[in-house]
Amino acid sequence: MRAPDSDLPLRFERVRFEAGNRLILDIESLSITNGAPTAVVGPNGAGKTTLLRLGMGLFEPTVGRVTWGGREKVPPTRRAILFQRPVMLMRSAANNIDYALASVNAPSRDRRRKIAELLALVGLSGFEDRPARRLSGGEQQRLALARSLARDPEILFLDEPTASLDPAAAKSVEDVLRAVAERGVKILISTHDLGTARRLAGDVVLIHRGKILEHSVSEVFFKEPRTEEARRFQASDLLI
Amino acid sequence: MFSSAFELLITGDPGLYRIIGLSLYVSLTATLIAALVGLPLGALLALKEFPGRGAVIVIVNALMGMPPVVVGLAVFLLLSRSGPLGSFGILFTPRAMIIAQAILITPIIAALARQTIADLWVQYRDELAGMNIGTAGSVATLLWDGRFSLLTALLAGFGRASAEVGAVIIVGGNIDGFTRTMTTAIALETSKGDLPLAIGLGAVLLIIVIAINAIAWTVRRTGERLAGAA
Amino acid sequence: MFKLKSAIVMGFAALALAAAQNVAAQDKSIVVASTTSTVDSGLFSHLLPLFKAKTGIEVRVISQGTGQALDTGRRGDADVVFVHAKSQEEKFVADGFGVKRSPVMYNDFVLVGPKGDPAKINGTKDIAAALAKIKSAGATFISRGDKSGTHSAELNLWKIAGIDIAADKGQWYRDIGQGMGAALNAASASNAYVLTDRGTWLSFKNRGELVISVEGDKRLFNQYGVMLVNPTKHPHVKKDLAQSFIDWLVSTEGQKAISGYKINGEQLFFPNATVPGA
Repeated sequence: MRAPDSDLPLRFERVRFEAGNRLILDIESLSITNGAPTAVVGPNGAGKTTLLRLGMGLFEPTVGRVTWGGREKVPPTRRAILFQRPVMLMRSAANNIDYALASVNAPSRDRRRKIAELLALVGLSGFEDRPARRLSGGEQQRLALARSLARDPEILFLDEPTASLDPAAAKSVEDVLRAVAERGVKILISTHDLGTARRLAGDVVLIHRGKILEHSVSEVFFKEPRTEEARRFQASDLLI
Repeated sequence: MFSSAFELLITGDPGLYRIIGLSLYVSLTATLIAALVGLPLGALLALKEFPGRGAVIVIVNALMGMPPVVVGLAVFLLLSRSGPLGSFGILFTPRAMIIAQAILITPIIAALARQTIADLWVQYRDELAGMNIGTAGSVATLLWDGRFSLLTALLAGFGRASAEVGAVIIVGGNIDGFTRTMTTAIALETSKGDLPLAIGLGAVLLIIVIAINAIAWTVRRTGERLAGAA
Repeated sequence: MFKLKSAIVMGFAALALAAAQNVAAQDKSIVVASTTSTVDSGLFSHLLPLFKAKTGIEVRVISQGTGQALDTGRRGDADVVFVHAKSQEEKFVADGFGVKRSPVMYNDFVLVGPKGDPAKINGTKDIAAALAKIKSAGATFISRGDKSGTHSAELNLWKIAGIDIAADKGQWYRDIGQGMGAALNAASASNAYVLTDRGTWLSFKNRGELVISVEGDKRLFNQYGVMLVNPTKHPHVKKDLAQSFIDWLVSTEGQKAISGYKINGEQLFFPNATVPGA
């Protein structure tokens, strides 16, 4: 079902992104390859969300280029994004997922089964006919995750997916993500929760004030950070 | 005072029921056509940026206040045998009335829909872009998800269509048994000096409009509850 | 949700079908442009069922002022014109818009006014003298002002009375630019004098203080004529159906139907198709 071309690796080359006249993000070079999840960490306002949106293709860089599998301006047919505050369509839970399935032209005879599978995956079995807008915040977050997975993405962008969840709910979302990653989906997750990054990520990107300070595999980042900022960030000392 | 009109209503006067039927048929069909044009137009104005968009929005908003008699006259001149569309021969038929009313209320539906859809678009924009939904798909999604609010726009259009007399009397001709509606019948009874019957017909029209609004309101409330919108 | 969608689609389809049928079902029909007096007086409601029963032809009547009805015929939007202003009718035919004018019937105009009678004319017979008194008394007078047959008859009567109404009208003369019914409503509401055809007056229900002030003057005679719209000018005119309606109106049967129309025992229109020069 997946087209032969791959969206990976995802590369940022001399990318600058400005909003108004303010420089939000300035990346000399970043390459995201297949494998374990990549965590993008950094304090609030560092530019994490902007980086995800550029990678998703929702923003175009002011300067420089973003490429997917070596190509520019690839429409997001094999990418999905879970926003920090996802918006539910004004329909039932099942129809929210069905909408995403339809957006990638999933064959209609498989949809009912896929909807059930996806709801089960995020722990919402039996929620099919519930109006999505009347679910709790945590349930909506999980339904949105199911909806983004329905698009069968090659890369899944997640913007602070556990920020608004209690620790138990956050843990169950992490479990789902781990399972998804094991199926071969590349996950790019922004978080300011170092615990989540430690448990989930294969590599970690630290950004601060729009610049990448460090990009290392997880063990290195957490055990022997190369920069002063990474040390301070892990000590919860780098806030702005 | 209203007794004469209600007597006709209760005794099942076929003439009155035909007039009520035609009024509903003409105004509902006009609302349907205006919806098919006005809703997508309103949605496009809400989510497409193009040069002159501001001017189009101002014009559509202004056209909401167009006098029915002007619309009627314009449609009359178009459809007259001596006009550009005269060969269709539909002047003085219900079709001509539907066309005039549809033109009259399309700006109302488009302008109200634009407002509703613009508010929804702010919420949905990123999600839909993230699912790679194009303009046509976004319009369809927004219209569907805004369906309960858009019902109000349709009701506003229907209300204006069913209440107006200026356009239908010009293009329909108020022909007995063929193009006579509630409003043109009221105008006729007024000119015949039968004011009690005229006001009675007005009361019947009011009751019908209230009933339709009540149905629509119930549908909206029930639908919103089921869809979790409210 | 999908059930609702398909229900909506089916609803649309049903409406479209209904729209198509509505037009297809009615084709043996003609359009007659006529005056408010024939419609508001109820004459057509009396005649048309008789004609339809005999021929199966549905006659759709649009009631306008005579001037507007002739205009409708000129544009080709009607098959038959049935009005009351002989000189305008003859011009219509002479200009090639109508085929031939046939006289059908007459009734008469009456001047109605308030019971209080500020111009002191109630019960008189001379319409010209009555109008002159209205002017000199400055009593309120409502004029149709809509180029209808009644309006042109009224203007003609002012001329006969020796008054140049265009130059001499004052506050007392109110030109409302509307149909007969509206003019009667206005007169009833403001206790004014107004010229009306007798048929509309008899069927008018909102009289208030109004009574007949002047009637019976020969100059209040009101002749109706009927014309086929010229098919060579407007090829879509339903010549045969329209002609059969005209033929029926002037036939013995049609003429009898006209004289048979009464309100409270009073005959409204007097057939005279056979009178030469009518």
